[in-house]
Amino acid sequence: MKRLFAFLDDRLGLSSAIVPIVTHPVPRDVNWWYVFGSASLVAFMMQVITGVALAFIYVPAPSAAYDSLQFITSQQVLGSVVRGIHYFGASAMVILVGIHAIQVFLMGVYKFPREMTWVVGLLLLVLTLGMAFTGQLLRYDQDGYWSVFVFSEMVGRTPVVGWPIVQALIAGQTVGGGTLTRFYALHVFVIPALLFVFIGTHLYLVLRHGISEMPRTGVPVDPRTYRARYHRMVENGIPFWPDAAWKDMLFTCAVGVVVVALAVFVGPPTLNGPADPTQINTNPRPDWYFAWIFAVLALMPPGLENYVILGGPLLIGVVLLALPFVAPGGERAPSRRPWAIAAVGFLLLAMATLTPLGIQSPWSPIIDIGPLPPSVGQGLSGSALQGVTVFQTKGCHSCHQINGSGGLKGPELTYVADRMTPQEITIRIIAGRNDMPAFGGNISTDELTQVVDFLATRKMP
Amino acid sequence: MKDEQPPSEEAIPAEDMAPSPPILAEEVSRRGFLSLVSVAMAGVAGAAVGVPVLAYIITPLLRPSPQEWFTIGPIDSFPVGQTVLKSIPDVSPVAWAGQVAESAIWVRRTADQAFTVFAINCTHLGCPVNWRGDADLFMCPCHGGVYYSDGTVAGGPPPRPLFQHQTRLQVGQLQVRTRPLGIG
Repeated sequence: MKRLFAFLDDRLGLSSAIVPIVTHPVPRDVNWWYVFGSASLVAFMMQVITGVALAFIYVPAPSAAYDSLQFITSQQVLGSVVRGIHYFGASAMVILVGIHAIQVFLMGVYKFPREMTWVVGLLLLVLTLGMAFTGQLLRYDQDGYWSVFVFSEMVGRTPVVGWPIVQALIAGQTVGGGTLTRFYALHVFVIPALLFVFIGTHLYLVLRHGISEMPRTGVPVDPRTYRARYHRMVENGIPFWPDAAWKDMLFTCAVGVVVVALAVFVGPPTLNGPADPTQINTNPRPDWYFAWIFAVLALMPPGLENYVILGGPLLIGVVLLALPFVAPGGERAPSRRPWAIAAVGFLLLAMATLTPLGIQSPWSPIIDIGPLPPSVGQGLSGSALQGVTVFQTKGCHSCHQINGSGGLKGPELTYVADRMTPQEITIRIIAGRNDMPAFGGNISTDELTQVVDFLATRKMP
Repeated sequence: MKDEQPPSEEAIPAEDMAPSPPILAEEVSRRGFLSLVSVAMAGVAGAAVGVPVLAYIITPLLRPSPQEWFTIGPIDSFPVGQTVLKSIPDVSPVAWAGQVAESAIWVRRTADQAFTVFAINCTHLGCPVNWRGDADLFMCPCHGGVYYSDGTVAGGPPPRPLFQHQTRLQVGQLQVRTRPLGIG
């Protein structure tokens, strides 16, 4: 056995190729901040393995995709777990790549000589989001279908190139039968191939320039002296394996355990009906990591929208790409880079506030809201009681809350009579304002009187 | 691991440099020629494969599907003043499309011989708008767009009225023309 290994090792050159790589010297101060890159890599490998497993059964045809996924989820042995790992693994990969990007930005790792490591990393971030996005459609449920529709509309607004790009992406003039196989090819072949190539490049660059040391306040990067200083530092460093790598191993194992536990105990998301453009009783929502974009789209003042949808990603992309070339040297410590902290703080704050909003989406009328609770009509009679019915049939209830029931798009009307006179209410209903439709043409005089009579009773007792 | 040197710009070990005989002038031009020819051949081979593949992928741009007329139903099946949901074949049909072979339209008979047909997609970002007949409003479930019965914007982010399909009446039948997705 030992002789067999010695033979293979000599002829294949295994340990002479691998040992120097895994034991390459790293700075002594490598700590828990360094685990996110390797964890992203492991998350990717988890996605490759479960993705290949799903492809054993999944049928990328519009007429069969949804059914094959239903089969995987409910009938295939451990299919729900495999799909669950792929789903939560995708979330894990988006989160880990995101944290890794934020961390190397905050610590100024993008500076000399690691500019291209940063550029390749940005590409990997974009490709990761591309995987998350294309994967949504493959579920081929209503959420996936309409998410792609919304994305196409956004890209389509780009002057000149937008519409051709959309047509090439969705294979036609609308999201339809040709779109699924295109997204399948992107999700399963094109983007993973690019990921393999650029992950390889990224790792090669990490080895070439060495793992960066922790930033130290008052020790700026000077491109003329950095290499010599780093060289001296790692001469006195530790081997990556196992002195530093055990932290990566521990963290990635923890990530794996959490993902599998979520897959087993929570399970993959339920499919919300097959993709069907004629089935309009639907409430499409993107996956949670895109919910903040969904919120931005709803809350943006319409006049600014095109600039934000198109200019925002472009501006962020250009700034992040230019960053290491504009600031290749200087302080790396976050404490000396207040703008870096401010930018990350703003990003995290925006995501933390917009993500729950995007999931709740209070700006949408609740189309199938149902009747008001019976307590609303209690003690009313005549015209005011009929007004309760008018309030429901005219859709007021879809946007306005009374006694805790109703949509959140418009102001709550539980005690509306405390702040508006019947005359003001009448004018508001007829003429509308801002997002309030003008009901002048949609409501009879009787109905108007009834609903105003009803609303006039809504006073704080 | 102290003997391990981090790679640097000039890290080509001397023993990797093949001991080469003195290079003559004509040999340099011969090498240059061979490099050029090799790269050119690779380029031609790459283009021979790449161009057809690229054209294959961007076919939807090169050959946009025609917009065709379809019969939706007899005129008399639509009561005047009502808005109803109907299906129309997809503008870019494929034989294996299953449920997505059809898309939907809102058909409104505005007068005895007049129809307005709306694309169901909100002009904001394309989600399907619902018709609330009692309220006389179209409502979008995504970002809160609301439209009046004539398709004009009543509230929310939509930048323009609902997109309309072309219509025509032929021997008592309503016909509607397919259209590409509208960009708001």
